[in-house]
Amino acid sequence: MKKLIVLLVALMALSPLTGVAIAQSEDTVNILFWQAASSLNMYLSGGTKEFEAAALVIEPLARYDSDGLMVPWLVHEIPTVENGGVSEDLTTITWNLRDDITWSDGSPFTAHDVVFTAEYCLHPETGCSVLSQFDGVDSVEAVDDHTVKITFTGPKPFPYGPFVGYFTPVLQKAQFDGCQGAAAQGCTEQNFAPIGTGPFVVEEFRANDVVTYTANPNYREEGKPYFSRAVFKGGGDAESAARAVLETGEADYAWNLQISPAVLGAMEAAGQGTVVVAFATNVERLMINQTNPDPMLDADMRSVWMEDGSNGHPFLQVDAVWQAMSKAIDRDLIASQLYGAGGIATCNVLPGPPIYASTNNDDCLVQDIDAANAMLDEAGILDSDGDGIREYNGTPLSVTYQTSTNAVRQNTQALIKQWWAEIGIDTELRNIDAAVFFGGDPASPDTYGKFYTDIEMYTNGSNGTDPETYMGNWRTTEISGPWNNWLGSNVPRWYSEEYDALLDEMSMTGVLEDRAALAIQMNDLLVQSGVMIPLVYRGSVAAHHNSISGVDMNAWDSELWNIAEWTRM
Amino acid sequence: MGKYLVRRLLTAIPTILVISFIIFAIVDLSPSDPTGNLPLTIPPEVRAKIREALGADDPFVVKYVKWLNQFFIAEPLNLVESMTGIGFPGSEDRTRVMSWATRGPVMDIIAERLPQTLWVVGTSYLLGVLIAVPVGIISAYKQYSVFDQVGTFLMMVGFSVPTFFTGLMFIIVFSVNLKWFPSVYDTTHVVTDIASLQKQLNQMFMPVTVLTLYFTAQLSRYTRASTLDNLGQDYIRTARSKGLTERTVVTRHAVRNSLIPVVTLIALGIPGIFAGAIITEQIFRVNGIGQYLIIAIQGGDLPTVQTVTFIFAVLVVLFNIVADVLYGILDPRVTYT
Repeated sequence: MKKLIVLLVALMALSPLTGVAIAQSEDTVNILFWQAASSLNMYLSGGTKEFEAAALVIEPLARYDSDGLMVPWLVHEIPTVENGGVSEDLTTITWNLRDDITWSDGSPFTAHDVVFTAEYCLHPETGCSVLSQFDGVDSVEAVDDHTVKITFTGPKPFPYGPFVGYFTPVLQKAQFDGCQGAAAQGCTEQNFAPIGTGPFVVEEFRANDVVTYTANPNYREEGKPYFSRAVFKGGGDAESAARAVLETGEADYAWNLQISPAVLGAMEAAGQGTVVVAFATNVERLMINQTNPDPMLDADMRSVWMEDGSNGHPFLQVDAVWQAMSKAIDRDLIASQLYGAGGIATCNVLPGPPIYASTNNDDCLVQDIDAANAMLDEAGILDSDGDGIREYNGTPLSVTYQTSTNAVRQNTQALIKQWWAEIGIDTELRNIDAAVFFGGDPASPDTYGKFYTDIEMYTNGSNGTDPETYMGNWRTTEISGPWNNWLGSNVPRWYSEEYDALLDEMSMTGVLEDRAALAIQMNDLLVQSGVMIPLVYRGSVAAHHNSISGVDMNAWDSELWNIAEWTRM
Repeated sequence: MGKYLVRRLLTAIPTILVISFIIFAIVDLSPSDPTGNLPLTIPPEVRAKIREALGADDPFVVKYVKWLNQFFIAEPLNLVESMTGIGFPGSEDRTRVMSWATRGPVMDIIAERLPQTLWVVGTSYLLGVLIAVPVGIISAYKQYSVFDQVGTFLMMVGFSVPTFFTGLMFIIVFSVNLKWFPSVYDTTHVVTDIASLQKQLNQMFMPVTVLTLYFTAQLSRYTRASTLDNLGQDYIRTARSKGLTERTVVTRHAVRNSLIPVVTLIALGIPGIFAGAIITEQIFRVNGIGQYLIIAIQGGDLPTVQTVTFIFAVLVVLFNIVADVLYGILDPRVTYT
């Protein structure tokens, strides 16, 4: 025993001398995700980490490139009305699959796999997390072995929901047959190692820890991928992930580095790696409660929307109040000091892609506390009792402001509280654990959907380049309330016939420019009616080691979408 | 003694059942939601369907009975089947305890993670004990000597500086600046020869050192206090006056008696090894049981939290019995009836 200990100690002492303690293997690409993947079947998990981990293996028919443009992936071309792939009445889309594609096990990739995948997700008992991608799908059929026709229940101006982008890759029918519906949860073997058409094949999957992949021997492009192995390691935190790429060089790629810009900048200065950023549509915003969240109210009244408008917020619907609150915020300071490269100040709820971005609200970008004070003075909302807090019709302007627990969010809260204090608005801050805040427990008073406070802050964005579904979040019928277990997506409880009419119009409009004009109108309505106060346009931040080339940071699809092209210099 | 053991084991069963119920109730009543961490772009109706598919909205009693059945009947049967190859009737319909996050059997993931937890936390605990006991005894015997002062200072540092700080310091010194040891632990690494053993030792060095410091600090203070107590006792003076050598007095008389409470403490700490070291595992990405438990809690993964905490509770109960039995063996004054 003693000898063994001596040997171990000697080995430990010697090891640094060998100098190979931290060496990267030439033919392995090491990817660090500080949240580990829990499954490789993203149809059941639905978190970004699972989508990314699966993207190396299973692929959709078409992907979005880093500019948000569709590129054919397993098909010959993107179907459009012009090339006849989309029917004139916008109710069907026909995909022509490439016939030279095989699964990693060597069997041919056919239209039946695509049809099967749709059936798998649409089965009511599967619990498919990307079901909304299949919204409006009536049927998916295989016309022949390499042609898939998707029919919608009505005109679908944007028919690229199913099988475009990393949310809906194709599963192999032969492997997943029998896993539909209630059986889906039990198919552990399949869920942990799906067979795909992508550049890599799963070698070993350890749930919530690490995935090891080997290159797909049957990959469609000769000589790709460059790496013969890939390791997708999870766990830890964002800061140490950044350090492993930028300072110690142990990993090649690190995902989601939302850390203090000063810290990240210092790490990048070490010169070992590069920070990359891409922007899609995510916006950190303040939601303004249009109803009365007074704790003294009964459960059937508190934050409950009444159609006759009788339960409105005591002061937040007054234009001068929310306009002053917006004007008092220095968005640039929040973006540059707290978000760094990953944030840009914005005044829009829908900031991208560029053709959908409104320029009509840009005056909010400049902070002006004096103007905000003047606005409130003019409206007669004054501090009559001298306690530093203004009153509106006798009600002091005192708000409760909640968000999820996260260092950047708490810093944002502290800044905003201070600015609001300068215009005579008192703020009480709350933060709630993310799993509770974003959870759907109707019994919890702390969910974002229940919105038992005056203001709340979180990030949301459009799922892909087309904003129709995203803008549909604020339809009157979506108002969150006890009737839908507080699960409606219209969290501010906003009611506007004008907005609903614009949404209806959009669902009938096929021309891109007209759709963009409608989206801008809706964005302006949301922002100019005091439903929400946009703060920061958030990008995805990642870092890669300088020895890796070919990384093309993508916010519209998987960040690892072109991993087949990555090489080591 | 045998009777006592049987009685203790039998009374442990209701205790364990009550514990399982309390844990389940607390976890179930907490407002976390397994779909809470999904992106906001997933609409509430879809979330409701996911919860339905998981059985997350079932009534409390249904979920609890289901878990009891899975844990106490299905899992043991499954274990016997996989070890012996004998099939029991109905093995097709038996459902094991399934995690809501991974959709995989919780027991398989625990088995997958146990090696790295034992390697890292177990080694640290062992090293901690091996260092702490002699250091504690010498510190007590040479009270207020330089050795005692330095030891006390180091132990106070180990006790009061949190592992997330020492861990970070180690990474900055040994990984970033010196580039000696990796900061990312490779859980898939298999030891097959000297070179791979060296790699394993390399990657274990930092987490093990951090944890050893922590364990040593706790135990050595305790050993020191206990030895000091005994050195002042009358029987030590008697032993010396009998003319025994100083060595015999210390090792045979003082230490043996001083170690009785220390051994109990060590035995009670063993379940802690299985629970992993949540913070240290997180810092070095060891991804053992501790890290598994913490992400399960964050993700509202009720079956996992319930199963892991429950196994931990069972270990605590068992090692309490072990400690009591050890006490009887070490201390002849204690008898069991």
